[in-house]
Amino acid sequence: MPRYLARRLGQALLVVAGVVVLTFAVMRLVPGDPAVAFAGPKATPEQLAQARARFGLDEPVPVQFLAYVRDLFTGDWGVSLRTRQPVRDDLYQAFPASLELVGAALVLAVAAGVPLGVLAARFRTRLPDLGVRVGSMLAVSVPVFWLALTLQLVFAGNLGWFPVAGEYDASLDTTSPLTLWTNITIVDALITGNWPIFTSTLRHLVLPALVVAAYPAGVIAQMTRAALIEEAGQDHARMERALGFGETAVLTRFALRPALNPVLSLIALVFAYSIVNGFLVEAVFNWPGLGRYAAESIRSLDTPAIAGVTLLVALVYVVANLVVDVLQGFVDPRARRR
Amino acid sequence: MRGPVRLRRTLPRVPDRLAGLGGVLIALVVLAAVFAPLLAPYPADELKPAEALLPPDGAHWFGTDQVGRDILTRVLYGGRTSLAVAAAVLAASAAVGVTLGVVAGYAGGWLRDVILRVTDVFLAFPALLLSLALAVVLQPSVSTAVVAIAVTWWPWYTRLAASVAASVATRPYVDAARCLGVPAPMIVLRHVLPNSLTPVLVQISLDAGGVILTAAALSYLGLGAQEPTAEWGLMVQQGQSLFTTNWWVVTFPGLAILVTAFAFNMLGEGLRNALDPRRAVR
Repeated sequence: MPRYLARRLGQALLVVAGVVVLTFAVMRLVPGDPAVAFAGPKATPEQLAQARARFGLDEPVPVQFLAYVRDLFTGDWGVSLRTRQPVRDDLYQAFPASLELVGAALVLAVAAGVPLGVLAARFRTRLPDLGVRVGSMLAVSVPVFWLALTLQLVFAGNLGWFPVAGEYDASLDTTSPLTLWTNITIVDALITGNWPIFTSTLRHLVLPALVVAAYPAGVIAQMTRAALIEEAGQDHARMERALGFGETAVLTRFALRPALNPVLSLIALVFAYSIVNGFLVEAVFNWPGLGRYAAESIRSLDTPAIAGVTLLVALVYVVANLVVDVLQGFVDPRARRR
Repeated sequence: MRGPVRLRRTLPRVPDRLAGLGGVLIALVVLAAVFAPLLAPYPADELKPAEALLPPDGAHWFGTDQVGRDILTRVLYGGRTSLAVAAAVLAASAAVGVTLGVVAGYAGGWLRDVILRVTDVFLAFPALLLSLALAVVLQPSVSTAVVAIAVTWWPWYTRLAASVAASVATRPYVDAARCLGVPAPMIVLRHVLPNSLTPVLVQISLDAGGVILTAAALSYLGLGAQEPTAEWGLMVQQGQSLFTTNWWVVTFPGLAILVTAFAFNMLGEGLRNALDPRRAVR
């Protein structure tokens, strides 16, 4: 196990190094001069040179790269050209809101996907199975931005069941201000007992979380179904049937636990994907997360901010994968040999 | 636990009915796109400001948009854009990915490790994210979207081809070729590559839906197709501010994306099941 851990960690570090190189390369490719974007169109040549020196743009590329790496390690992720704040602070503001949205979506996705997968496996080739297969395939095929707009129109606009946009009712900031601990609104509201903001956030979360949940729910249902059916063909399942257990008991009491192993690693894969998918949903529901920040940064060609978002999401992805691999190596010794 | 080997197992299975449904839908989408000029009730890009935002009726089945263009016509033409983008992305990423993958799988050793580590880096960026960053860097257009998506897609084919090629490389006929003194590039080209292609083809059909969704998302964000190109994602974006009062401007292009992606996903799943009976969990 220590050897497996070391090797897996080494791989992850290599990937992170590659991610940093790639992010830097993409940043360098941006057309237009970031110094111009920072100093403004009416800047004098002296001001331009000053801005250029400030961002190290007057240095050779390898020197710039080394400076970039050094800054990353010391926690300096650059200054946003748009908000003029350190990118790290901006990300620290935006990321918790994205985590809140994707976290809620994944809870919904597991809560719906696993039972549906069990249902499909139990009634394989019959009507419930057909329904789950078609439904899950539709869920992974639906364009998120379109689903977001449609649910927003129907359930927020026409029926008025849920708020149209935002994270919570802005007027609550004055009537019952929120004390920040984790920066994740719903968690902070819960631990400080701020019920008005808690319920408001919950109501605001429903629609965007449902939209983000569609894709993970679909793949989780498909994976649960496939893994259960495979597990139900194993020798132990035959034994359990011989002992008189019914088909439902074989599936839920014995097959489900081993079948959830691949589902677990799927959740990590789908996590980073959902954050990016959430970008599109955040745009529609005006959710104050990474997606909105990224969209605004893209519009104003804010290179340091775009690089920061890219790097952060890639890091989240690498860490999520590492955690799952280590967990699986822990649970299942066979996984260590891959 | 597998039963005794029966002859039936060695024959390719007929894809199930849902896969058939996917195939029929794809045939319809492709035909509609190819024959769009014949099928479309109105000329492409015909502006009739006097007929702006008409709800669906007998003359305009899907209604008209804010500048009086027939939405059915634009949905039909939009299929051409989406299918062309998907074909270009998949062809480019499969060509690059399979080449590298077959080399990595056959050569093994450090070459394989280097190639696979590079794919790890690219796979750490979710496709849409790297496409976003690239589409910002390059001028937004359909071809930019193709390049941006292809850059994120090829590593999947490399990994797949590498694992298939590694198993093909241990087959007796490859050993035989090596003993006869056939040079390595020839072995790869004549024996390893052709015998590694089937799973790649299945993966391509599985991926087509995802590429179409990603391309539509880029266009929706303004980083793909530009006006006046008929593109489904772009049509949704242009219609969204009018959506509350004119439901048809967003609904039909979105449904077109959904149906096309659904059809490809269904067919891909059916092909995978037919190819690999162990995964055929019907």
